[in-house]
Amino acid sequence: MAEPLSPLQPVWQPGRHGNLSGGAGVVLSETHPSSIVQVAAWAGSERAVIEAIREATGLAVPDGAGGGVATRTKAAFGIAPGRFLVVDQAEGLETELRSRIDAGTGSVTGLSHGRTAIRVDGPKAEWVLSKLFAVDFSLTALPVGSGVATQHHDVLAQIQRSAAMRFDLYVFRSLARSFWTTLCHSAEDVGYEVI
Amino acid sequence: MLITCPYCGPRDVSEFTYQGEAGRTRPDPASTDRAAWDGYVYDRLNPAGEHSEYWQHSGGCRAHLLVKRNTLTHEIASVAFAREDQRIHSAGRRGKGARP
Ligand SMILES: [Zn+2]
Repeated sequence: MAEPLSPLQPVWQPGRHGNLSGGAGVVLSETHPSSIVQVAAWAGSERAVIEAIREATGLAVPDGAGGGVATRTKAAFGIAPGRFLVVDQAEGLETELRSRIDAGTGSVTGLSHGRTAIRVDGPKAEWVLSKLFAVDFSLTALPVGSGVATQHHDVLAQIQRSAAMRFDLYVFRSLARSFWTTLCHSAEDVGYEVI
Repeated sequence: MLITCPYCGPRDVSEFTYQGEAGRTRPDPASTDRAAWDGYVYDRLNPAGEHSEYWQHSGGCRAHLLVKRNTLTHEIASVAFAREDQRIHSAGRRGKGARP
């Protein structure tokens, strides 16, 4: 079992911060998934890859741009044509997917070491994220389970709505500390709690 | 300016990277035809009006797109995945760079 280290550690300040007159508008946390894997289907193999993800995780990813599904411990969503981000709190997902997706069907890329998973949860989650990303976070445009690939300046982010007021962000690990600091500043006006 | 990515939907232009005029055909790599290479590298249509061009959704799904944009108004007439554009591969400009 690998011991996970967080790039956020030097700026990690648990507790309540900012304008708390209305309580904490969002709760910010790191979800520490042990498996973060990108899967790409070659053209024409999209359905086979969706089926392989279902076999490996039990998650039925709906066909269609950005479609996805999230449970308490696992998640999968579309990030590009024929490409999916698949996440598991447990280790071993890359091996499971690799055994079901051969080189003629698609590719499996382990990103567990390369991404940091940040959760933004609470009634002001849409408000805070809308300051950073030029995408529509309304529930109608981005239903529960679905995701988007976007960026804040040059920090790419893949974002899944895992519940009505909860978003899980996957950002480059090497830029995660900078992004986290920006995220905290963006949440000051509504108050935030780091757990 | 908004570009409507076929996968991601309407996104701000800051998420995209411009990749130049579409429809240029690279000469055969073994070719020593200097005029053909010169045309490919330097000649552009540069129209005042509708222009076919490549963009990459580099800050999103990272797909390469074929965009038809009016260079005078920035109005975008269409966006498609570049890989679906058959016209590019059958364009009769081989050896002449961008010259129509
Ligand atoms: Zn896109």
